[in-house]
Amino acid sequence: MGQTLVEKIIAAHLVDDGNGRGAPAPVRPGDLVEVSVDVVMANDITAPLAIRAFEALTGSTPENGGRVFDPDRVLLVPSHFVPAKDIKSAEQVKTLRRFAQAQALTHRFTPGRAGIEHVILPDMGLVLPGDLVIGGDSHTCTYGAVGALATGMGSTDIGVAMATGRTWLRVPETIRFVYEGTLRPWVGGKDLILYTIGQIGVGGARYKAMEFTGPAIAQLDMANRFTMVNMVIEAGGKCGFIPVDKTTLAYVEARATRPYTVYQADEDAHYAAVYRWDVSDLEPQVALPYSPGNVLPISQVGTVKPDQVFIGSCTNGRLEDLAQVMAVLERAGRAFHPDLQVVVIPGSQAIYLEALRRGWIERLAEAGATITAGTCGPCLGGYFGILGAGQVGVSTSNRNFRGRMGHREAQVYLVNPAVAAATAILGRLAHPDEV
Amino acid sequence: MARSPSRPLEGRVWRYGDNVDTDVIIPARYLNVSDPAQLAVHCLEDLDPAFARQVQPGDIVVAGENFGAGSSREHAPLALKAAGVGCIIARSFARIFYRNAINIGLPILECPQAVEETETGDVLTVDLEAGTITNHRTGRTYQAPPFPPFVMEIIRAGGLVPYTRRRMQEGAR
Repeated sequence: MGQTLVEKIIAAHLVDDGNGRGAPAPVRPGDLVEVSVDVVMANDITAPLAIRAFEALTGSTPENGGRVFDPDRVLLVPSHFVPAKDIKSAEQVKTLRRFAQAQALTHRFTPGRAGIEHVILPDMGLVLPGDLVIGGDSHTCTYGAVGALATGMGSTDIGVAMATGRTWLRVPETIRFVYEGTLRPWVGGKDLILYTIGQIGVGGARYKAMEFTGPAIAQLDMANRFTMVNMVIEAGGKCGFIPVDKTTLAYVEARATRPYTVYQADEDAHYAAVYRWDVSDLEPQVALPYSPGNVLPISQVGTVKPDQVFIGSCTNGRLEDLAQVMAVLERAGRAFHPDLQVVVIPGSQAIYLEALRRGWIERLAEAGATITAGTCGPCLGGYFGILGAGQVGVSTSNRNFRGRMGHREAQVYLVNPAVAAATAILGRLAHPDEV
Repeated sequence: MARSPSRPLEGRVWRYGDNVDTDVIIPARYLNVSDPAQLAVHCLEDLDPAFARQVQPGDIVVAGENFGAGSSREHAPLALKAAGVGCIIARSFARIFYRNAINIGLPILECPQAVEETETGDVLTVDLEAGTITNHRTGRTYQAPPFPPFVMEIIRAGGLVPYTRRRMQEGAR
């Protein structure tokens, strides 16, 4: 029987299929296997615990033999609370930097020169097709957009993998999604994934891989693909994929400095379920408080008057997302609404610089935005735009659980960047066509 | 410190619903520390402000579908464990939370039937090795599906680090 993408990538990384066989040996859903990993990642929140686990396992110092399995492949990225939002956050970054230094890790990431891990790792060619990537962050699934098997794990798993270069996995079933038709203007990857989560629920893909296919997917640029696969976790998914095609290869080829392998699912692979949707009439989607699964088309949401609009995050902090914002701002020909606050955070320094060169940062600042770069900021309630009791945020990020972005009585609506921009201009949740 | 899973747990229930997410288990505003004792103080505060104040060592959290949805933060099961929670029983767990709980030695079981008939304040006896849950109020015993043997070994070792250390010492490759 044919194999799904996830089965193929696991099979290629097998150390032990549970019966003593290593790669290559076919695997089936439900198998508990040990695999080698190509990349292990953590950030400033998850690295301290991972380092603690690593040191407990290896007996601490590099002198004691406590070395990471491969200094080229352990990536520690300060992103969440940086530049340090308080003393405790500074201590966490110190721990991360001290370890990176002691282990002589090849790649160092410093605020002002790097950015959010899920934005910069693919952009730097550090995650590639066919890779098996584990990261101490649930949005590690983002790299499935370049055809990697990428999944989030907790710090102890990450710490152990930093030492051994291996992890254990249960082979998941796969759900295939086929998106037919052509997307309308202002509708993109964010709307497709919000629609999907709304349809199957926040546990709908629990323990499963998600494959996104079909003509509407093939039309997506890489930024929209990253957006979509980024939120696989919000449906409970273990990992997600968009099949590698010309668009992916053009992106990867410009960035890869090591060999990679492109896998494709077999025609006769077995899927736990197949969903087929024509998305030609799909409107921009909105996730209402307090769940990414509480999704409605924008025309059904009613009046929402936000105190803040946030544009950024690993979901929608890329140059193409800013381009959408700029297109709406151009249409408007005026500034953001004076009754609300707008926060814009390009996902990396490189994106920030390119936006500067294009004159976008000046336009955004003139329109009234507060701007920084390369950090998660308010997405998870860190800093740089926290919401108080009763405040309302419209955001291009990925979660709106209670207390996510500040007070438990704050409310967050999740949208695509164009809708965020239209909302910021009109002072209420709005479709770009209304501008 | 690894507690032997062969000794049954007994505790009082805190009952919650579906999709208890990692943001309510431990909000990110507290993730500038990784000390479990400091996290425990804020555990579940946006869902149930009484929990952190009133939870007793050995209490059992019982919840619906997809417990632990959302983030990979290991601080979530760490906060629950440090707050004194002896075991979590849910209809189902989000997969990263499930792994994290096992990795840090926080016992968990999936048992929809037990969850269905359990209320806040009930006292349960849990035998992790046998996978059984007994509700003292209903007098009923429920059977959770067994862990895969390899996962049971991690649980018996007290978590992933002691399990892996043992494997490395045994030269298992």
